[in-house]
Amino acid sequence: MSSFKKDKKEEEDGSCLFTGIEKTTVLQECRTFNETPVNPKKCIRIMTSILYLLNQGEQLSSTEATEAFFAMTKLFQSQDVILRRMVYLGIKELSGVADDVIIVTSSLTKDMTGKEDLYRAAAIRALCSITDATMLQAIERYMKQAIVDRNSAVSSAALVSSLHMTKMANDVVKRYVNEAQEAINSDNIMVQYHALGVLYHIRKTDKLAVNKLVAKLTKSSLRSPYAACMLIRMAAKLLEEEENGSDLPFFDFIESCLRHKSEVVIYEAAHAIVNLKCTTNSELAHAISCLQSFCNSPKATLRFAAVRTLNQVAISHLAAVKLCNMDLENLITDSNRSIATLAITTLLKTGSESSVDRLMKQIATFVSEISDEFKVVVVQAIRALSLKFPRKHSVLMTFLSMMLRDEGGLEYKASIADTIITIIEDNPDAKEIGLAHLCEFIEDCEHTSLAVRILHLLGKEGPRTKQPSKYIRFIYNRVILENPTVRAAAISAMAQFGATCPDLLENILVLLARCQMDSDDEVRDRATYYSNILSYLDPSLYNSYIIESPQVSIPSLERSLKEYCDGCTDEPFDLKSVPIAVVPTNEEVTRAQQKSEGMIMSTGPTKKVKVSREENYAQKLTLIPGIAQAGSLFRSSEVVELTESETEYVVRCIKHTFSRCIVLQFDCLNTLSDQLLENVRVQLEPSEGYKILKEIPCEKLPYNETGTTYIVLQYPENFFASVATFGAVLKFIVKDCDPDTGLPDTDEGYDDEYILEDLEINLGDQIQRVSKVNWQASWEELSENCVEMEETYSLASMSTLEEAVKNIIQFLGLQPAERSDKIPEGKTTHTLLLAGIFRGGADILVRAKLALADGVTMQLTVRSTHPDVAELVTASVG
Amino acid sequence: MEGHLFEPSLYTVKGIAILDNDGNRILAKYYDKNIFPTPKEQKAFEKNLFSKTHRANAEIIMLDGLTCIYKSNVDLFFYVMGSSHENELILMSVLNCLYDSVSQILRKNVERRAVLESLDIVMLTLDEICDGGIIIDADPNSVVSRVALRTDDIPLGEQTVAQVLLTAKEQLKWSLLK
Repeated sequence: MSSFKKDKKEEEDGSCLFTGIEKTTVLQECRTFNETPVNPKKCIRIMTSILYLLNQGEQLSSTEATEAFFAMTKLFQSQDVILRRMVYLGIKELSGVADDVIIVTSSLTKDMTGKEDLYRAAAIRALCSITDATMLQAIERYMKQAIVDRNSAVSSAALVSSLHMTKMANDVVKRYVNEAQEAINSDNIMVQYHALGVLYHIRKTDKLAVNKLVAKLTKSSLRSPYAACMLIRMAAKLLEEEENGSDLPFFDFIESCLRHKSEVVIYEAAHAIVNLKCTTNSELAHAISCLQSFCNSPKATLRFAAVRTLNQVAISHLAAVKLCNMDLENLITDSNRSIATLAITTLLKTGSESSVDRLMKQIATFVSEISDEFKVVVVQAIRALSLKFPRKHSVLMTFLSMMLRDEGGLEYKASIADTIITIIEDNPDAKEIGLAHLCEFIEDCEHTSLAVRILHLLGKEGPRTKQPSKYIRFIYNRVILENPTVRAAAISAMAQFGATCPDLLENILVLLARCQMDSDDEVRDRATYYSNILSYLDPSLYNSYIIESPQVSIPSLERSLKEYCDGCTDEPFDLKSVPIAVVPTNEEVTRAQQKSEGMIMSTGPTKKVKVSREENYAQKLTLIPGIAQAGSLFRSSEVVELTESETEYVVRCIKHTFSRCIVLQFDCLNTLSDQLLENVRVQLEPSEGYKILKEIPCEKLPYNETGTTYIVLQYPENFFASVATFGAVLKFIVKDCDPDTGLPDTDEGYDDEYILEDLEINLGDQIQRVSKVNWQASWEELSENCVEMEETYSLASMSTLEEAVKNIIQFLGLQPAERSDKIPEGKTTHTLLLAGIFRGGADILVRAKLALADGVTMQLTVRSTHPDVAELVTASVG
Repeated sequence: MEGHLFEPSLYTVKGIAILDNDGNRILAKYYDKNIFPTPKEQKAFEKNLFSKTHRANAEIIMLDGLTCIYKSNVDLFFYVMGSSHENELILMSVLNCLYDSVSQILRKNVERRAVLESLDIVMLTLDEICDGGIIIDADPNSVVSRVALRTDDIPLGEQTVAQVLLTAKEQLKWSLLK
């Protein structure tokens, strides 16, 4: 007794609030665990210290953890409830680091099936943290019992642990489906929620089953608000996937949840409705009015949730969100700045041109108080605004330049600079002002990467302004004052001026000559390089070595150079052998933008250098024997679907073009759970001229996995025969198998086939896009030594110029130059300038003059270094 | 991703943290291996989070792609973090549950010293509210009943005979095992 008292006292003074405790001493103290009888008080304190240290980020080595773990197992002797529960926590924390943790399995199994209810739930969760797939089978019976246990905590614990276990033993957990089904009818709201989660996880690959599950549950009202939210999400997902989106009962269910008594569910439902694509205006009204009433809630989180949702859909449901403008106005002065920012940016999106000035003034009052993340939101709103109301550019531009001068991180500054650049590109009137703001900004810019980008832009745009000379001063100032990286960029920018403006050339040469004394290698090299080229006074040299940058993909260039150095040949390195960098298509750019706008926050500053799609494929293809000889990958096409998306077998094709051959990559997916496919291959009927060089079948294709089979074809000698259509059939050996285990019933299989849609190889597959900064100069250059073909077509099916431009670009697979893919509003004629390279290396330039009158008339002029290519292009159109 | 529909999943909570009024961690748990995998990143995030929230009493903030709901009392800050594509109100219910449970356990005395003194129970509370990112329970009463409030030591004399026998048996078993 007396020792007990003393311990207690000790503990009270000694609860030194965990300051200054050390790993080594605590681990020493673990020896106390071995004492008998166990002293619960003391052991709880030690356990707490260990857990506290782990939580503070202290790392234990594997031996340390194992020792502590084994000491802990001694504590199972004690019946102290809290101590036992702390042991469970300890087991969970150490299960990742310590060895042989399965030693406690039997103790935990005993607790889990024992009588003490306070142990059972926590024991299950601890047990599952040390269990692996094979052991799970051993405790399967207990788990199933626990799921349907009358004690709700036990049931919840079993369900949640099962869900965690799906990551490593999905198949075992799938067998719990009946128990989960039973648990969903539980009276306890959390059990209901967890059971629904498990059921959904088990069935989510089977759309029909999910459909049934949702249909059944929407009829019986779930009492748990969490479960209701989950059900709304499931229903919304189904509605979204449904093409025609007219699955009324589900929609009705979501709408009925707007009248739920829990705010959580109402918000969930409103959020789902406004974000569903198929929602009509009348259906929208109710949801929006719910959100509107949330805007006036005293709870900040509710206001935040509502205004954020409105902000997200402001563009897509403009009219409906406009109705909330009054409420949003009230939120501008909200004490939570995040809410205020979201309210203002929403208003900016929905507002009219006249309200812009007032709102901008409002933002200016508190822009310095909000976090960088939200400043970025404001900047994005301004970007959208400037595109909507080009006439307002001066107000917006002044505001942006003011923001540029404020304090802020790189990302924030970069987003402002980006916005200014977008405005400049989109609105010629704003160009000079925008460039002036940017010049001012680089005078005092601490971010090297940003300064480099702006200098690059100045080099590109500056020479084409009315008075290029005034930018030179700003650029040369950088050469004097900045670090080497910026100096080098400044020199490149100056060279652009020299190449484009003949009257400035002399001055530029003087400046460059001065830079040749620079202390940095790169700066000196660039200065020497440029002054040398400029001193030739030959415009064609300028064009190819200064104005146009080489368009090779950098990672491939690196690889090719490395291979070349390893190979030690005498031949000079051929730049043509390096694949060309892929210009991102417009859709990709907009998609990337939408992504960043949807996420209000930036995902952090670390962004990996993107490897192009071609790069990825090229790496994969090199693994295939025989493809290496084909040379480097020239272009990979978009994915072509050869089946409907919901058939037994789904086949997609990607066409990889090399200079003389084409590799067809067929990605096959087996959606039948009772079949194992073997020796899967695609049989093609190639048209004349094509020759099949090699077929690589996919040996095995189990259920729900994607396998790949390849065919290598040689292009016909004659270019004209290369545009062709092939019939295709999927051939394979079927073996019936058990859906659960995936093992075949017999060794004998039978041959089967599946007809695929025809496969087309068209012109676009053989052309790589190339972006030309100065298209006109390249056009002139080609006029001397190339073939020119001209043809006139009438495109009767097109009704607008936009449509025609889009189709032409897509069909030819060429890159629009000088932003000629954007058509000024209200014009009836337009000239589209395109550039690209045909496989093998022939340049292609295309000028398409379009006129709108009863359909579109097009005059197509093609220049190419290879006569057949030009003819092929003109021949394939129409 | 198309649209902004919430993903149907039980993995709702990305992290829970209790910080003191200097922004130091008292307890913190992160449930998603892809978010702040190392203690260093976690602490950096907490520092940033604290600097953004300790003055403004705003209840909710978005940071590093996470929605963070918070609540403070005397010298403690409670945070619940979730993905930015998550129902904010669900996260709030988790925060309320955490706060109310701790408050009940500490008999309304929610402050740093009290939390540290009952750290074992607070740890158990956290464990009962959220397991690996899944909400286990969001009702403070049921959470408190589950974490077994300290019954304080029952003196040996008041233990039932059966209990004493049981301990004796256990001890015998262990000594035999050794």
